Amino acid sequence: MRRSDGLIHVLALAPLVWIVFDQLTGQRSINPIQTWTQRSGFSALALLLASLACTPANRIAGVRRAAAWRRPLGLYGFGYALIHVLIFVVIDYAADGSAIMAELAEKRYLIVGALAFAILIPLALTSTAAWQRRLGRQWRRMHRMVYLAVPLAVVHQIWQAKSDIRLAVLFALVTGLVLLMRLPPTTGARRR
Amino acid sequence: MNRIPASEITPEWLYRQRRQFLRSTGALGLAAAALVACGAPAQPAMPAPTQPAVPAPRAAGTADERGDPLTDFDSVTNYNNFYEFSMDKEAVARASAGFVATPWQVTVDGLVRNPQTYAIEDLLGRFDQEERIYRLRCVEGWSMVIPWQGFPLHRLLAEAEPTAEAGYVRFTTLHDPERMPGQRDPWFTWPYVEGLRLDEARHDLTILATGLYGQTLLPQNGAPLRLVVPWKYGFKSIKSIVRIELTAAQPTSLWMASAPHEYGFYANVNPDVAHPRWSQATERRIGELSRRETLPFNGYAADVASLYAGMDLRANY
Repeated sequence: MRRSDGLIHVLALAPLVWIVFDQLTGQRSINPIQTWTQRSGFSALALLLASLACTPANRIAGVRRAAAWRRPLGLYGFGYALIHVLIFVVIDYAADGSAIMAELAEKRYLIVGALAFAILIPLALTSTAAWQRRLGRQWRRMHRMVYLAVPLAVVHQIWQAKSDIRLAVLFALVTGLVLLMRLPPTTGARRR
Repeated sequence: MNRIPASEITPEWLYRQRRQFLRSTGALGLAAAALVACGAPAQPAMPAPTQPAVPAPRAAGTADERGDPLTDFDSVTNYNNFYEFSMDKEAVARASAGFVATPWQVTVDGLVRNPQTYAIEDLLGRFDQEERIYRLRCVEGWSMVIPWQGFPLHRLLAEAEPTAEAGYVRFTTLHDPERMPGQRDPWFTWPYVEGLRLDEARHDLTILATGLYGQTLLPQNGAPLRLVVPWKYGFKSIKSIVRIELTAAQPTSLWMASAPHEYGFYANVNPDVAHPRWSQATERRIGELSRRETLPFNGYAADVASLYAGMDLRANY
Protein backbone atom coordinates (compact mmCIF):
# COMPACT_ATOMS: atom_id res chain seq x y z
CA MET A 1 0.00 0.00 0.00
CA ARG A 2 1.31 3.38 -0.94
CA ARG A 3 1.07 6.58 0.99
CA SER A 4 -1.55 7.92 -1.43
CA ASP A 5 -3.72 4.89 -0.65
CA GLY A 6 -3.59 5.75 3.03
CA LEU A 7 -4.65 9.29 2.22
CA ILE A 8 -7.80 7.92 0.59
CA HIS A 9 -8.77 6.22 3.85
CA VAL A 10 -8.03 9.34 5.87
CA LEU A 11 -10.15 11.49 3.55
CA ALA A 12 -12.99 9.00 3.52
CA LEU A 13 -13.07 8.70 7.29
CA ALA A 14 -12.82 12.45 7.91
CA PRO A 15 -16.60 13.09 7.97
CA LEU A 16 -17.03 10.36 10.58
CA VAL A 17 -14.15 11.71 12.65
CA TRP A 18 -15.71 15.19 12.37
CA ILE A 19 -19.01 13.98 13.83
CA VAL A 20 -17.25 12.13 16.67
CA PHE A 21 -15.04 15.18 17.34
CA ASP A 22 -18.12 17.42 17.54
CA GLN A 23 -19.71 15.06 20.03
CA LEU A 24 -16.59 14.90 22.20
CA THR A 25 -16.00 18.65 22.21
CA GLY A 26 -19.60 19.40 23.07
CA GLN A 27 -20.35 21.02 19.70
CA ARG A 28 -23.53 19.03 19.39
CA SER A 29 -26.03 20.14 16.85
CA ILE A 30 -29.30 21.52 18.14
CA ASN A 31 -31.14 19.28 15.68
CA PRO A 32 -28.62 16.41 15.60
CA ILE A 33 -30.70 13.89 13.68
CA GLN A 34 -31.12 16.31 10.79
CA THR A 35 -27.45 17.30 10.89
CA TRP A 36 -26.24 13.69 10.85
CA THR A 37 -28.67 12.83 8.07
CA GLN A 38 -27.41 15.70 5.95
CA ARG A 39 -23.73 15.10 6.64
CA SER A 40 -23.89 11.36 5.99
CA GLY A 41 -25.84 11.89 2.77
CA PHE A 42 -23.41 14.52 1.58
CA SER A 43 -20.42 12.29 2.39
CA ALA A 44 -21.98 9.30 0.64
CA LEU A 45 -22.52 11.21 -2.57
CA ALA A 46 -19.14 12.95 -2.49
CA LEU A 47 -17.32 9.62 -2.05
CA LEU A 48 -19.36 7.86 -4.73
CA LEU A 49 -18.48 10.70 -7.11
CA ALA A 50 -14.83 10.43 -6.11
CA SER A 51 -15.01 6.73 -6.87
CA LEU A 52 -16.49 7.43 -10.30
CA ALA A 53 -13.77 10.01 -10.93
CA CYS A 54 -11.04 7.37 -10.54
CA THR A 55 -11.46 5.87 -13.99
CA PRO A 56 -11.15 9.18 -15.86
CA ALA A 57 -8.29 10.14 -13.54
CA ASN A 58 -6.52 6.98 -14.56
CA ARG A 59 -7.29 6.94 -18.28
CA ILE A 60 -7.31 10.63 -19.08
CA ALA A 61 -5.20 12.33 -16.44
CA GLY A 62 -2.79 9.45 -16.22
CA VAL A 63 -3.10 8.95 -12.47
CA ARG A 64 -2.50 5.23 -12.71
CA ARG A 65 -2.84 4.58 -9.02
CA ALA A 66 -6.44 5.91 -9.10
CA ALA A 67 -7.64 2.56 -10.40
CA ALA A 68 -6.88 1.12 -6.98
CA TRP A 69 -8.91 3.81 -5.21
CA ARG A 70 -12.13 3.13 -7.03
CA ARG A 71 -13.25 0.23 -4.88
CA PRO A 72 -12.44 1.64 -1.41
CA LEU A 73 -13.99 5.00 -2.29
CA GLY A 74 -17.12 3.30 -3.58
CA LEU A 75 -17.37 1.15 -0.49
CA TYR A 76 -16.89 4.13 1.82
CA GLY A 77 -19.60 5.92 -0.16
CA PHE A 78 -21.89 2.97 0.38
CA GLY A 79 -20.96 2.94 4.07
CA TYR A 80 -22.08 6.54 4.50
CA ALA A 81 -25.23 5.81 2.49
CA LEU A 82 -25.94 2.93 4.88
CA ILE A 83 -25.44 5.22 7.89
CA HIS A 84 -27.68 7.80 6.16
CA VAL A 85 -30.48 5.26 5.66
CA LEU A 86 -30.10 3.81 9.16
CA ILE A 87 -30.37 7.26 10.74
CA PHE A 88 -33.53 7.91 8.74
CA VAL A 89 -35.16 4.55 9.43
CA VAL A 90 -34.02 3.71 12.95
CA ILE A 91 -33.47 7.08 14.65
CA ASP A 92 -35.59 9.60 12.74
CA TYR A 93 -38.61 7.35 12.19
CA ALA A 94 -37.96 4.92 15.07
CA ALA A 95 -38.30 2.01 12.60
CA ASP A 96 -42.01 2.82 12.26
CA GLY A 97 -42.73 0.93 9.05
CA SER A 98 -46.11 2.47 8.32
CA ALA A 99 -44.88 6.03 8.86
CA ILE A 100 -41.89 5.39 6.61
CA MET A 101 -44.06 3.86 3.89
CA ALA A 102 -46.44 6.81 4.11
CA GLU A 103 -43.53 9.22 3.60
CA LEU A 104 -42.09 7.09 0.81
CA ALA A 105 -45.40 7.00 -1.02
CA GLU A 106 -45.74 10.76 -0.81
CA LYS A 107 -42.26 12.12 -1.49
CA ARG A 108 -40.47 11.73 -4.79
CA TYR A 109 -37.08 12.61 -3.32
CA LEU A 110 -37.38 9.61 -0.98
CA ILE A 111 -38.38 7.27 -3.79
CA VAL A 112 -35.33 8.07 -5.91
CA GLY A 113 -33.08 8.00 -2.85
CA ALA A 114 -34.38 4.58 -1.82
CA LEU A 115 -33.92 3.32 -5.39
CA ALA A 116 -30.34 4.53 -5.47
CA PHE A 117 -29.61 2.79 -2.18
CA ALA A 118 -31.33 -0.44 -3.27
CA ILE A 119 -29.11 -0.55 -6.35
CA LEU A 120 -25.97 0.01 -4.28
CA ILE A 121 -26.63 -2.91 -1.89
CA PRO A 122 -25.85 -5.80 -4.29
CA LEU A 123 -22.93 -3.83 -5.72
CA ALA A 124 -21.38 -3.44 -2.28
CA LEU A 125 -22.00 -7.09 -1.42
CA THR A 126 -20.32 -8.31 -4.62
CA SER A 127 -17.42 -5.88 -4.45
CA THR A 128 -14.88 -8.49 -3.29
CA ALA A 129 -12.31 -10.08 -5.57
CA ALA A 130 -13.90 -13.46 -4.90
CA TRP A 131 -17.25 -12.29 -6.21
CA GLN A 132 -15.54 -10.60 -9.12
CA ARG A 133 -13.97 -13.95 -10.13
CA ARG A 134 -17.16 -15.84 -9.52
CA LEU A 135 -19.33 -13.54 -11.64
CA GLY A 136 -16.77 -13.08 -14.42
CA ARG A 137 -18.14 -11.02 -17.27
CA GLN A 138 -21.47 -10.58 -15.46
CA TRP A 139 -19.69 -8.68 -12.68
CA ARG A 140 -18.70 -5.84 -14.96
CA ARG A 141 -22.17 -5.62 -16.46
CA MET A 142 -23.77 -5.68 -13.02
CA HIS A 143 -21.52 -3.00 -11.60
CA ARG A 144 -22.44 -0.60 -14.41
CA MET A 145 -25.63 -0.13 -12.37
CA VAL A 146 -23.66 2.42 -10.37
CA TYR A 147 -24.04 4.74 -13.38
CA LEU A 148 -27.76 4.70 -12.60
CA ALA A 149 -27.49 4.74 -8.79
CA VAL A 150 -25.33 7.86 -8.57
CA PRO A 151 -27.49 10.03 -10.86
CA LEU A 152 -30.53 8.89 -8.84
CA ALA A 153 -28.75 9.96 -5.67
CA VAL A 154 -28.01 13.33 -7.28
CA VAL A 155 -31.69 13.76 -8.17
CA HIS A 156 -32.48 12.84 -4.56
CA GLN A 157 -30.17 15.64 -3.42
CA ILE A 158 -31.68 18.18 -5.83
CA TRP A 159 -35.24 17.34 -4.79
CA GLN A 160 -34.50 17.53 -1.07
CA ALA A 161 -32.82 20.95 -1.34
CA LYS A 162 -34.84 23.90 -0.08
CA SER A 163 -35.03 26.30 -2.99
CA ASP A 164 -31.27 26.81 -3.10
CA ILE A 165 -30.15 23.92 -5.33
CA ARG A 166 -26.75 25.35 -6.22
CA LEU A 167 -24.70 22.71 -4.39
CA ALA A 168 -26.88 19.93 -5.76
CA VAL A 169 -26.47 21.28 -9.29
CA LEU A 170 -22.70 21.30 -8.80
CA PHE A 171 -22.88 17.62 -7.84
CA ALA A 172 -25.01 16.97 -10.93
CA LEU A 173 -22.45 18.69 -13.16
CA VAL A 174 -19.58 16.69 -11.68
CA THR A 175 -21.59 13.50 -12.13
CA GLY A 176 -22.30 14.34 -15.75
CA LEU A 177 -18.63 15.12 -16.29
CA VAL A 178 -17.22 11.92 -14.80
CA LEU A 179 -19.77 9.85 -16.70
CA LEU A 180 -19.09 11.65 -20.00
CA MET A 181 -15.38 11.10 -19.58
CA ARG A 182 -16.02 7.36 -19.84
CA LEU A 183 -17.32 7.64 -23.39
CA PRO A 184 -14.99 6.35 -26.15
CA PRO A 185 -14.08 9.76 -27.68
CA THR A 186 -12.50 10.89 -24.41
CA THR A 187 -10.76 7.62 -23.69
CA GLY A 188 -9.32 7.08 -27.14
CA ALA A 189 -11.90 4.36 -27.79
CA ARG A 190 -9.75 1.80 -26.07
CA ARG A 191 -11.97 -1.18 -25.57
CA ARG A 192 -11.07 -3.59 -22.89
CA MET B 1 -50.46 36.58 30.85
CA ASN B 2 -47.85 38.26 33.00
CA ARG B 3 -46.49 41.62 32.02
CA ILE B 4 -42.79 42.17 32.06
CA PRO B 5 -42.05 45.33 34.02
CA ALA B 6 -39.89 47.79 32.11
CA SER B 7 -37.29 47.46 34.86
CA GLU B 8 -36.75 43.85 33.88
CA ILE B 9 -36.12 44.47 30.23
CA THR B 10 -32.41 44.18 29.57
CA PRO B 11 -30.82 47.52 28.76
CA GLU B 12 -29.21 47.71 25.36
CA TRP B 13 -25.62 48.13 26.61
CA LEU B 14 -25.93 45.08 28.83
CA TYR B 15 -27.20 42.90 26.10
CA ARG B 16 -24.46 43.96 23.76
CA GLN B 17 -21.97 43.13 26.45
CA ARG B 18 -23.51 39.67 26.52
CA ARG B 19 -22.90 39.27 22.79
CA GLN B 20 -19.30 40.24 23.35
CA PHE B 21 -19.01 37.72 26.16
CA LEU B 22 -20.43 35.02 23.91
CA ARG B 23 -17.99 35.94 21.19
CA SER B 24 -14.99 35.82 23.46
CA THR B 25 -15.99 32.50 24.97
CA GLY B 26 -16.60 31.20 21.47
CA ALA B 27 -13.02 32.14 20.60
CA LEU B 28 -11.80 30.38 23.71
CA GLY B 29 -13.69 27.29 22.67
CA LEU B 30 -12.06 27.37 19.26
CA ALA B 31 -8.63 27.77 20.80
CA ALA B 32 -9.32 24.83 23.09
CA ALA B 33 -10.47 22.76 20.15
CA ALA B 34 -7.29 23.63 18.27
CA LEU B 35 -5.22 22.51 21.24
CA VAL B 36 -7.03 19.20 21.38
CA ALA B 37 -6.59 18.78 17.64
CA CYS B 38 -2.85 19.30 17.97
CA GLY B 39 -2.68 16.54 20.52
CA ALA B 40 -1.74 18.86 23.37
CA PRO B 41 -2.93 17.77 26.80
CA ALA B 42 -6.21 19.27 27.90
CA GLN B 43 -5.68 22.38 30.01
CA PRO B 44 -8.44 22.80 32.51
CA ALA B 45 -6.32 25.44 34.22
CA MET B 46 -7.25 27.98 31.52
CA PRO B 47 -8.73 30.91 33.46
CA ALA B 48 -12.47 31.18 33.08
CA PRO B 49 -13.66 34.63 31.97
CA THR B 50 -15.70 36.48 34.53
CA GLN B 51 -19.26 36.61 33.43
CA PRO B 52 -20.80 40.07 33.29
CA ALA B 53 -23.93 40.56 35.33
CA VAL B 54 -26.47 39.71 32.66
CA PRO B 55 -29.86 38.65 33.93
CA ALA B 56 -30.39 34.98 33.26
CA PRO B 57 -32.95 34.26 30.58
CA ARG B 58 -36.23 33.59 32.28
CA ALA B 59 -39.89 33.36 31.51
CA ALA B 60 -42.92 33.77 33.73
CA GLY B 61 -44.35 30.50 32.48
CA THR B 62 -42.62 27.15 32.13
CA ALA B 63 -44.87 25.41 29.60
CA ASP B 64 -47.44 26.11 26.90
CA GLU B 65 -51.18 25.64 27.48
CA ARG B 66 -50.89 21.99 26.46
CA GLY B 67 -48.27 21.38 29.14
CA ASP B 68 -45.32 21.15 26.75
CA PRO B 69 -42.17 22.57 28.36
CA LEU B 70 -40.32 25.57 26.94
CA THR B 71 -37.49 24.92 24.50
CA ASP B 72 -34.26 25.97 26.20
CA PHE B 73 -32.92 29.48 25.59
CA ASP B 74 -29.73 28.28 23.88
CA SER B 75 -31.65 26.33 21.27
CA VAL B 76 -34.09 29.17 20.65
CA THR B 77 -31.20 31.59 20.12
CA ASN B 78 -28.85 29.27 18.19
CA TYR B 79 -31.13 27.50 15.72
CA ASN B 80 -32.59 30.12 13.43
CA ASN B 81 -33.81 30.34 9.88
CA PHE B 82 -32.71 33.84 8.93
CA TYR B 83 -31.21 33.79 5.44
CA GLU B 84 -30.38 37.49 5.72
CA PHE B 85 -27.44 36.35 7.84
CA SER B 86 -26.75 32.74 6.94
CA MET B 87 -28.47 29.78 5.34
CA ASP B 88 -27.03 27.56 8.07
CA LYS B 89 -29.44 27.63 11.00
CA GLU B 90 -26.65 27.06 13.49
CA ALA B 91 -24.48 29.83 12.03
CA VAL B 92 -27.06 32.64 12.17
CA ALA B 93 -26.37 33.56 15.81
CA ARG B 94 -22.70 34.21 15.12
CA ALA B 95 -23.26 35.82 11.73
CA SER B 96 -25.76 38.26 13.23
CA ALA B 97 -23.88 38.99 16.47
CA GLY B 98 -22.73 42.43 15.32
CA PHE B 99 -26.12 43.54 14.06
CA VAL B 100 -27.18 46.73 15.83
CA ALA B 101 -30.94 47.09 15.89
CA THR B 102 -31.07 50.68 17.16
CA PRO B 103 -32.05 53.18 16.03
CA TRP B 104 -34.95 51.45 14.32
CA GLN B 105 -38.08 52.78 12.69
CA VAL B 106 -41.21 51.00 11.62
CA THR B 107 -43.59 52.60 9.14
CA VAL B 108 -47.29 51.74 9.16
CA ASP B 109 -48.87 52.97 5.95
CA GLY B 110 -50.91 52.03 2.91
CA LEU B 111 -54.69 51.91 3.21
CA VAL B 112 -54.87 53.52 6.66
CA ARG B 113 -56.25 56.78 7.99
CA ASN B 114 -53.28 57.41 10.25
CA PRO B 115 -50.03 56.45 8.57
CA GLN B 116 -47.22 56.71 11.07
CA THR B 117 -43.57 55.98 11.58
CA TYR B 118 -42.64 54.70 15.02
CA ALA B 119 -39.24 54.43 16.64
CA ILE B 120 -38.88 51.05 18.31
CA GLU B 121 -38.80 52.76 21.72
CA ASP B 122 -42.19 54.33 20.94
CA LEU B 123 -43.68 50.91 20.32
CA LEU B 124 -42.20 49.56 23.53
CA GLY B 125 -43.53 52.50 25.50
CA ARG B 126 -46.92 52.79 23.87
CA PHE B 127 -47.99 49.16 23.99
CA ASP B 128 -47.80 47.06 27.14
CA GLN B 129 -45.53 44.09 26.59
CA GLU B 130 -46.89 40.75 27.66
CA GLU B 131 -45.54 37.22 27.66
CA ARG B 132 -47.04 34.74 25.20
CA ILE B 133 -45.87 31.15 25.20
CA TYR B 134 -46.37 29.79 21.70
CA ARG B 135 -45.42 26.70 19.75
CA LEU B 136 -43.35 27.51 16.66
CA ARG B 137 -43.69 24.93 13.88
CA CYS B 138 -41.16 25.29 11.07
CA VAL B 139 -42.13 24.02 7.63
CA GLU B 140 -38.91 21.99 7.78
CA GLY B 141 -40.48 19.63 10.29
CA TRP B 142 -39.04 20.89 13.58
CA SER B 143 -40.71 22.84 16.36
CA MET B 144 -40.07 24.75 19.57
CA VAL B 145 -42.04 26.25 22.47
CA ILE B 146 -40.99 29.88 22.94
CA PRO B 147 -41.88 32.46 25.60
CA TRP B 148 -42.20 35.67 23.60
CA GLN B 149 -42.74 39.18 24.84
CA GLY B 150 -44.66 41.51 22.67
CA PHE B 151 -48.06 42.97 22.01
CA PRO B 152 -51.02 42.04 19.80
CA LEU B 153 -50.71 43.43 16.30
CA HIS B 154 -54.36 44.52 16.40
CA ARG B 155 -53.48 47.23 18.87
CA LEU B 156 -51.08 48.82 16.42
CA LEU B 157 -53.55 48.36 13.57
CA ALA B 158 -56.26 50.06 15.64
CA GLU B 159 -54.04 53.16 15.88
CA ALA B 160 -53.46 53.13 12.15
CA GLU B 161 -57.18 52.69 11.38
CA PRO B 162 -57.27 50.60 8.21
CA THR B 163 -59.73 51.93 5.62
CA ALA B 164 -62.63 49.88 4.27
CA GLU B 165 -60.57 48.92 1.20
CA ALA B 166 -57.80 47.35 3.25
CA GLY B 167 -57.97 43.55 3.06
CA TYR B 168 -54.39 42.48 3.69
CA VAL B 169 -51.28 43.42 5.61
CA ARG B 170 -47.90 43.33 3.94
CA PHE B 171 -44.78 43.14 6.13
CA THR B 172 -41.26 43.95 4.96
CA THR B 173 -37.90 43.15 6.54
CA LEU B 174 -35.07 45.66 6.58
CA HIS B 175 -33.20 45.69 3.26
CA ASP B 176 -29.61 46.57 4.02
CA PRO B 177 -26.98 44.20 2.58
CA GLU B 178 -24.28 46.03 4.55
CA ARG B 179 -25.89 44.95 7.81
CA MET B 180 -27.55 41.80 6.53
CA PRO B 181 -24.85 40.22 4.34
CA GLY B 182 -27.07 37.33 3.28
CA GLN B 183 -28.97 39.86 1.16
CA ARG B 184 -25.98 40.05 -1.18
CA ASP B 185 -26.96 36.60 -2.39
CA PRO B 186 -28.89 37.15 -5.63
CA TRP B 187 -30.56 33.74 -5.37
CA PHE B 188 -33.49 35.31 -3.51
CA THR B 189 -35.50 38.43 -4.28
CA TRP B 190 -34.83 40.67 -1.29
CA PRO B 191 -36.21 42.07 0.88
CA TYR B 192 -38.14 39.40 2.71
CA VAL B 193 -41.86 40.05 2.46
CA GLU B 194 -44.76 38.34 4.21
CA GLY B 195 -48.47 38.92 4.35
CA LEU B 196 -51.60 38.21 6.33
CA ARG B 197 -55.26 38.64 5.62
CA LEU B 198 -56.53 41.55 7.71
CA ASP B 199 -58.69 39.31 9.92
CA GLU B 200 -55.68 37.07 10.58
CA ALA B 201 -53.60 40.12 11.42
CA ARG B 202 -56.30 41.32 13.81
CA HIS B 203 -56.60 37.99 15.60
CA ASP B 204 -55.53 38.25 19.21
CA LEU B 205 -53.02 35.39 18.84
CA THR B 206 -51.07 37.41 16.28
CA ILE B 207 -48.38 39.44 18.03
CA LEU B 208 -45.45 41.66 17.26
CA ALA B 209 -42.65 40.29 19.42
CA THR B 210 -39.94 42.47 20.94
CA GLY B 211 -38.28 39.91 23.18
CA LEU B 212 -38.12 36.35 24.37
CA TYR B 213 -37.24 34.68 27.64
CA GLY B 214 -37.49 38.04 29.38
CA GLN B 215 -34.73 39.57 27.26
CA THR B 216 -34.70 42.02 24.39
CA LEU B 217 -34.96 40.19 21.08
CA LEU B 218 -31.53 39.11 19.81
CA PRO B 219 -30.61 39.74 16.17
CA GLN B 220 -30.91 36.05 15.24
CA ASN B 221 -34.51 36.03 16.44
CA GLY B 222 -35.51 39.10 14.43
CA ALA B 223 -34.49 42.11 16.50
CA PRO B 224 -35.95 44.49 17.25
CA LEU B 225 -39.44 43.63 16.05
CA ARG B 226 -40.87 40.51 14.47
CA LEU B 227 -44.21 38.98 13.74
CA VAL B 228 -45.36 35.80 15.50
CA VAL B 229 -48.35 33.95 14.05
CA PRO B 230 -48.36 30.67 15.96
CA TRP B 231 -50.84 28.71 13.83
CA LYS B 232 -48.82 29.21 10.65
CA TYR B 233 -45.48 27.78 9.57
CA GLY B 234 -42.55 29.70 10.99
CA PHE B 235 -41.58 31.45 7.76
CA LYS B 236 -44.76 33.56 8.02
CA SER B 237 -43.39 35.11 11.22
CA ILE B 238 -41.25 37.70 9.46
CA LYS B 239 -38.26 39.17 11.31
CA SER B 240 -36.72 42.64 11.69
CA ILE B 241 -39.76 44.45 10.32
CA VAL B 242 -39.41 48.00 8.96
CA ARG B 243 -42.72 48.38 7.20
CA ILE B 244 -46.32 47.31 7.78
CA GLU B 245 -48.48 48.24 4.83
CA LEU B 246 -52.23 47.77 4.50
CA THR B 247 -53.20 46.68 0.99
CA ALA B 248 -56.25 45.74 -1.05
CA ALA B 249 -54.52 42.98 -2.99
CA GLN B 250 -53.06 39.82 -1.51
CA PRO B 251 -49.32 40.35 -0.99
CA THR B 252 -46.83 37.97 -2.60
CA SER B 253 -44.32 36.72 -0.06
CA LEU B 254 -40.69 35.96 -0.82
CA TRP B 255 -41.34 32.24 -0.50
CA MET B 256 -44.47 32.36 -2.67
CA ALA B 257 -42.41 34.00 -5.39
CA SER B 258 -39.47 31.65 -4.89
CA ALA B 259 -41.33 28.31 -4.86
CA PRO B 260 -45.07 28.82 -5.55
CA HIS B 261 -45.96 25.12 -5.54
CA GLU B 262 -44.44 24.62 -2.13
CA TYR B 263 -45.43 27.75 -0.26
CA GLY B 264 -48.85 29.30 -0.44
CA PHE B 265 -50.11 32.56 0.99
CA TYR B 266 -51.88 30.99 3.97
CA ALA B 267 -49.23 28.49 5.13
CA ASN B 268 -51.40 27.32 8.00
CA VAL B 269 -49.86 24.38 9.84
CA ASN B 270 -51.76 21.47 8.31
CA PRO B 271 -50.79 17.80 8.69
CA ASP B 272 -53.10 16.93 5.79
CA VAL B 273 -51.27 19.00 3.18
CA ALA B 274 -48.06 17.25 2.22
CA HIS B 275 -44.85 19.04 1.34
CA PRO B 276 -42.45 17.54 -1.24
CA ARG B 277 -39.62 17.33 1.29
CA TRP B 278 -40.53 17.48 4.93
CA SER B 279 -43.15 15.52 6.80
CA GLN B 280 -46.04 17.75 7.74
CA ALA B 281 -47.83 14.88 9.46
CA THR B 282 -45.16 14.69 12.15
CA GLU B 283 -42.53 16.99 13.59
CA ARG B 284 -39.51 16.86 15.84
CA ARG B 285 -39.65 19.09 18.89
CA ILE B 286 -36.15 20.45 19.37
CA GLY B 287 -34.58 18.58 22.30
CA GLU B 288 -36.68 15.47 21.78
CA LEU B 289 -35.67 12.25 20.05
CA SER B 290 -38.97 10.90 18.77
CA ARG B 291 -41.39 12.59 16.41
CA ARG B 292 -44.71 14.06 17.45
CA GLU B 293 -47.94 14.27 15.53
CA THR B 294 -48.37 17.70 14.00
CA LEU B 295 -51.63 19.31 15.09
CA PRO B 296 -53.99 21.14 12.71
CA PHE B 297 -53.32 24.87 13.00
CA ASN B 298 -50.39 23.90 15.26
CA GLY B 299 -52.83 23.18 18.08
CA TYR B 300 -54.66 26.53 17.83
CA ALA B 301 -57.60 25.22 15.78
CA ALA B 302 -60.14 26.14 18.47
CA ASP B 303 -59.02 29.77 18.22
CA VAL B 304 -58.48 30.19 14.50
CA ALA B 305 -60.24 27.49 12.45
CA SER B 306 -63.31 29.73 12.14
CA LEU B 307 -61.23 32.24 10.14
CA TYR B 308 -61.17 29.71 7.32
CA ALA B 309 -64.78 28.44 7.44
CA GLY B 310 -65.86 27.23 4.02
CA MET B 311 -62.37 27.44 2.53
CA ASP B 312 -60.66 24.48 0.90
CA LEU B 313 -57.46 24.41 2.93
CA ARG B 314 -55.86 21.90 0.57
CA ALA B 315 -56.18 24.37 -2.29
CA ASN B 316 -55.34 27.36 -0.06
CA TYR B 317 -52.17 25.92 1.49
